[in-house]
Amino acid sequence: MSAAPTTSHLASRLGGIALGILPIALLAAGWELVASSGLVTPFMLPKLSAVLQRIYDDALTGELFINLGLTLYRALVGFAISVVGGVLLGAAMARSVPVRWFFDPIISVGFPMPKIAFLPIMVLWLGFFDVSKIAMIVLDAIFPVVTATVAGLNSVERELIWSARNMGASERELLWQVMLPAALPQILTGLQVSLPLCLIVAVVAEMAMGGYGLGGAMNTASRFADSRGVFAGIVEIAAVGYCLIKLMSLLRRRLLLWHQEALEPTTA
Amino acid sequence: MKAALIRFLPLLLIALLWEIAPRVGLVSSLALPPLSAVLSAWFELLRDGDLITNGASSLYRAGVGLALAIVVGGALGLFMAWWRPVNAFLSPLVELFYPMPKSALIPVTVLWLGFGDGSKILLIFLGCMLPVTIGAFNGARGSERVLIWSARSMGASRLRVLWDVVLPSAMPELLNGIRTAIALAFILLVSSELIVARQGFGYLIGFLGANGSYEGMFAVVLTVALIGFAADRLYQVLMQRVLQWRE
Repeated sequence: MSAAPTTSHLASRLGGIALGILPIALLAAGWELVASSGLVTPFMLPKLSAVLQRIYDDALTGELFINLGLTLYRALVGFAISVVGGVLLGAAMARSVPVRWFFDPIISVGFPMPKIAFLPIMVLWLGFFDVSKIAMIVLDAIFPVVTATVAGLNSVERELIWSARNMGASERELLWQVMLPAALPQILTGLQVSLPLCLIVAVVAEMAMGGYGLGGAMNTASRFADSRGVFAGIVEIAAVGYCLIKLMSLLRRRLLLWHQEALEPTTA
Repeated sequence: MKAALIRFLPLLLIALLWEIAPRVGLVSSLALPPLSAVLSAWFELLRDGDLITNGASSLYRAGVGLALAIVVGGALGLFMAWWRPVNAFLSPLVELFYPMPKSALIPVTVLWLGFGDGSKILLIFLGCMLPVTIGAFNGARGSERVLIWSARSMGASRLRVLWDVVLPSAMPELLNGIRTAIALAFILLVSSELIVARQGFGYLIGFLGANGSYEGMFAVVLTVALIGFAADRLYQVLMQRVLQWRE
């Protein structure tokens, strides 16, 4: 008797997944059809199967993993620096008046600027290799983390702070055990804004400077009018972006198990 | 006045340091030209007309791409919220493409439309559409059922309800989505112009840098950064204006 509801639940879940995959399958089939119908030249739109074949070949020669690894390395090192630096700076700004006085105008003027324009200056200062790319990523990705940390720490409930102080918590304990956990949901939202920025900037920096990496490989492919290579790059970068963002939202759910928002039904 | 001065003093200090550090030889003036040299290079570029012609073509690309993204993306989001089958079909696709780093599209748009305006407009349109769509969708979905029911019972047609009830209540989130789109538009514009272009701010930055006239390069970089900042601030003022009826 008890098996019946479970199976129907499972069936409805499978149905939901099928319904979600259907449009994607249709899109893939449409791509393949349009590309092989002769409406467009293979140069404008190579067949999906040819693009997948190309990715498979690159995986066999190992080129795919070199490029993928380098792009991920740059993006994730940049992200890690932005997270640590951003949270530290944000915490300092929330707690110290002089620090806030100094950095507040810089952050509020710098956040809306298109910092990617500084790319040639980074190259001038730091050269063509990893350091300039990672510096560029940090310059772009640190702002959302700082603002989210400041906003999160400033909105911690007074009662929490008062009770912790009342029970004899030191300033350090107050920060690590009360304020930062209470601000965590907002900080994580900042990280969720910052992570895609890391990938966007990593790809742009690689495209502009050339060399290895997913963006560099796409740039080379486009210079040689190798459209299969260009489309392979799009598929690879889209897959990487999708996986990273899914991982980030899993991490958020894991870290915030104790928080009310974990009880709400999620669509993700 | 005094409060503003104290608030923006750090920026003045940085500007001062920028002027002094290369002058006293703390950093090479090749790596960091003094601020005054950058400013005079800026006036030079303005007088030559380089800044105006390149700036005009950049702003034209960003404007057209953004306008298309707002109209198409907003309509798409509203229809997704309004009509179930559209949502069932499009939401997996939106979820698939939203996390994609949009800069990956730069080489494809060049492949399709060449080096000119078309490829940049297409890139900005594609890159900025989804944040607007998601804003419109979330906003429209959050519109209160009771308002829709009352409008319907008072005899409003479905389209009338969409226009008079759903769109206004979707406005705050839609406008926030557009704000994200504006920031993205500048990023995509400058990066695509840095990588492949024959005109525009990004091209001018690359051109001046390659010729070693770093004062000019810094001047154009600052111009772009300030335009991006000003666009965001102006948009915020506009947003508050539009949303005034919400108290």
